[in-house]
Amino acid sequence: MTHEPTIYELSQPGRIGTNLPSLDVPKSDPLPADMLRTELMLPEVSELEVIRHFVRLSQLNYAIDKGFYPLGSCTMKYNPKINEDVARYEGFAGLHPLTDEAGAQGALALMYQLQQWLAEVSGLNAVSLHPAAGAHGEFAGILMIRKYHIDRGEPQRTKILVPDSAHGTNPATVTMAGLSVIELPADDKGDVDIEALKKVCEGPERDNIAGMMITVPSTLGLFERGILKIVELVHNAGGLMYMDGANMNALMGVVKPGALGFDVMHYNLHKTFSTPHGGGGPGSGAVGVNEKLKPFLPAPHVDIVEPGTDEEAPLYGFVTPEKSIGRLKAFHGNFGMHTRAYSYIRAYGGEGLHQVSRHAVLNANYIRVGLSDTYTVPYDRACGHEFVIEGHFEGVEKVHALDISKRLMDYGYHPPTNYFPLIVPEALLIEPTETETKETLDQFIAAMKKIAQEAKENPELLLSAPHKTPVSRLDEVRAAKQLVLCCAPLLKDT
Amino acid sequence: MSYIPHTELDRQQMLAAIGVTTIEDLFDAVPASHRFPKIDIPPALSEYEIAAELKAYAEANDHAGNFAVFRGAGAYHHFVPSAVNHILLRGEFFTAYTPYQPELSQGTLQAVFEYQSMMCGLTGMDAANASHYDGATSLAEAVTVALDVSRFKRSKIVLSHNIHPQYRDVVRTYHQGRQIEIAGDDQPRSMADLAALIDDNTAMVAIQYPNFFGQIEDIKALAEKAHAVGALLVTVVNPVALGMLKSPAELGADIAVGEGQPLGVGLQFGGPYLGFFSIKQEYVRKIAGRIIGETIDSDGRRAYVMTLRPREQDIKRERASSNICTNQGLMALAACVHMSLLGKNGLRQVAELCYHKAHYAAAEIDKLAGYSVDRTLPFFNEFVVKCPVPVEKVNTALLEQGIVGGYDLGTDYPHLVDHMLIAVTETNSKAEIDALVETLGALS
Repeated sequence: MTHEPTIYELSQPGRIGTNLPSLDVPKSDPLPADMLRTELMLPEVSELEVIRHFVRLSQLNYAIDKGFYPLGSCTMKYNPKINEDVARYEGFAGLHPLTDEAGAQGALALMYQLQQWLAEVSGLNAVSLHPAAGAHGEFAGILMIRKYHIDRGEPQRTKILVPDSAHGTNPATVTMAGLSVIELPADDKGDVDIEALKKVCEGPERDNIAGMMITVPSTLGLFERGILKIVELVHNAGGLMYMDGANMNALMGVVKPGALGFDVMHYNLHKTFSTPHGGGGPGSGAVGVNEKLKPFLPAPHVDIVEPGTDEEAPLYGFVTPEKSIGRLKAFHGNFGMHTRAYSYIRAYGGEGLHQVSRHAVLNANYIRVGLSDTYTVPYDRACGHEFVIEGHFEGVEKVHALDISKRLMDYGYHPPTNYFPLIVPEALLIEPTETETKETLDQFIAAMKKIAQEAKENPELLLSAPHKTPVSRLDEVRAAKQLVLCCAPLLKDT
Repeated sequence: MSYIPHTELDRQQMLAAIGVTTIEDLFDAVPASHRFPKIDIPPALSEYEIAAELKAYAEANDHAGNFAVFRGAGAYHHFVPSAVNHILLRGEFFTAYTPYQPELSQGTLQAVFEYQSMMCGLTGMDAANASHYDGATSLAEAVTVALDVSRFKRSKIVLSHNIHPQYRDVVRTYHQGRQIEIAGDDQPRSMADLAALIDDNTAMVAIQYPNFFGQIEDIKALAEKAHAVGALLVTVVNPVALGMLKSPAELGADIAVGEGQPLGVGLQFGGPYLGFFSIKQEYVRKIAGRIIGETIDSDGRRAYVMTLRPREQDIKRERASSNICTNQGLMALAACVHMSLLGKNGLRQVAELCYHKAHYAAAEIDKLAGYSVDRTLPFFNEFVVKCPVPVEKVNTALLEQGIVGGYDLGTDYPHLVDHMLIAVTETNSKAEIDALVETLGALS
């Protein structure tokens, strides 16, 4: 693969990649010269050069549309193409966010219906589509828990329990909300250590517990066997239960978090409901709550403001819940993601969503069993939609999980998640999702086995991998030490 | 419609390999009392039916395809060249994830690096991150950076009343758990009055440029006062205006944030949008979110990678200053392609078209009996009009003529009842502007 110049290196003074309407009104007096800029460091390129540049860049990417992407915890399932079409309908793409409610009934009705369906999937009472990403949803959830306790006259409840296997966003969210973390260990079976939890919930911190954040299934891909006990212990201490819904792809039609006793959760629409994540975003982090937390939902929130009749549809509008934590972003959430999630739910229906989770779990267990004689599977029991293996081999100490990942690229796969969860040494977290065929899974298992063999016979092959990618292994330390964060200085003199 | 590929034979073979009889056997760890609830959602539709249903929802809206749009207030209807969408629709971009494995993500990484470069070019700042959720959350993250720069020893944040009201709301939501004081935005204040609020406890002073009312304020004295006490100056900027206006760096800003939506991202009922965040070199290590840096591979070739990772929540956990772990990758790509197509001359041209068309509209409206345009300060493409009748009535009349009128300022500013904020862009033809003026005239 040839090296792709930066767009600034392609720039030639005087070129332009588009044309604009000519000025059809009389010119006005210009602004005073001291308000105007003299330099504008943007590249100058023709349309064809722009297209070729970004098409060539696209070809340097690995993506779901190119191959298997078993990136644990990220749920990289197929993004149906119809979803992209509907999100681009002019009536959605060209709708101003401050359109009067009467002129936005289509968008509001869609949001309302999606809220209802997400509530149904989770067994919770109300859903807000306002947060822009999973971590944003977490933040909304923890702020609601905080405000709930303040509202009840218990402002000293500032501690949130977080298992040590949790996503890094969980403890960071707690800090952002002005609360603090009590970390909980996992037991040797990968479940939360109930005895340790009991000690905290019945110990001196009891009255300071605001709640607990837990991922179900856990980041180890395991369903907490003690979940009902955990919920009971935290509730008895006066805390609320937050579910990190990153792994909801394993739960649809399997169990409803609301029924387990969770008070609040977020959904990652870009994971479970297939909205594309575009190389890092956008996401959408809807939050669901039970009756207790409903008054605290972020604003705005779509609701029926005038009931419908037999002849007429109800009137939908934005409302601010009574004790709302407030607004977390401008406007109403990532609406473009709502249209895609809606389309996805419509494509499956209730029974279909339940099949999604069953097949996601089937696929994960199939690979787990397929690899268990070659790799160490630290928690060797039926997993959820993902599972963790240890990426190292006895007798070949210099080969690490990262080397296995890099070698996998040579076989045409995106590697699993590396070094997460933190509590498993050399962790590789594998999540196939339900949209992959048995043949794909078989080929992946074969590649992983081949790599295990290579590690023992020719470890250099792994240590020097990848060999077939556009660039070879990167010097990440140099990037941090000799910071080069933009190419503007390369702009040719104009 | 289903995207699950399994045949009955596949399932049987897989279950046998796992050593269980049915898929249900894999869920033993789930409490039996709660296992396999029914999901009460209507049955699946075909792709054809989904498209028809969503088309009906879409057409129930007053959208830019059928209406002339003169509403801005933080979201603008600009022309987006076709090439932008063609690039966004490439599956290699939109079905990729966060570039955790840089050898397989050089396309995304280089595109974001170029986006960062363009944001630096626009704002005059030294560094930009790979984007935040939107302009409002960028401002809220700027507060965190300012507090961090003061080592959390300062607790006062001065905000101009002329910053988008929703952005100010977001700052309050974000920082409700922290002991900070937010001052200045409770009422209209001159720049001098705002400067008078700055003291030794002030970590940050923020203004919008052009402000929420479209006006360009002289902030020189404010910047000097902020810097004299060691506070950071933050500007919330409209990137299209920067096609012609002095850069935030030239105004003395330490951080420039804003909404990137006008750069090739459609209106989309408010999202997904693109928060940009750019900063001076000395504060680079305080930025939240992703940053892409240049490096080399083991063969010495230039390549790109996510850098400064140890700041981030996945490593620092509860010691991270922000929990943000995504960026608006696809929207940053849209902005990058858009700015590449426009280039320095194209963006300047867009800015000038907006400026002249808005000023033409303002002059014509100002001539109407009963209407007056606020001309106390220079403005870019958005301006305040005092109306002789309630704004709601004006907008109802405009809708009948196929026009989405200005934003009702009385909603957020009680002293501006009967005032509307009108935005004009290059998409508004003279004929549309004349129709707007004519309808307004008929109401006076």
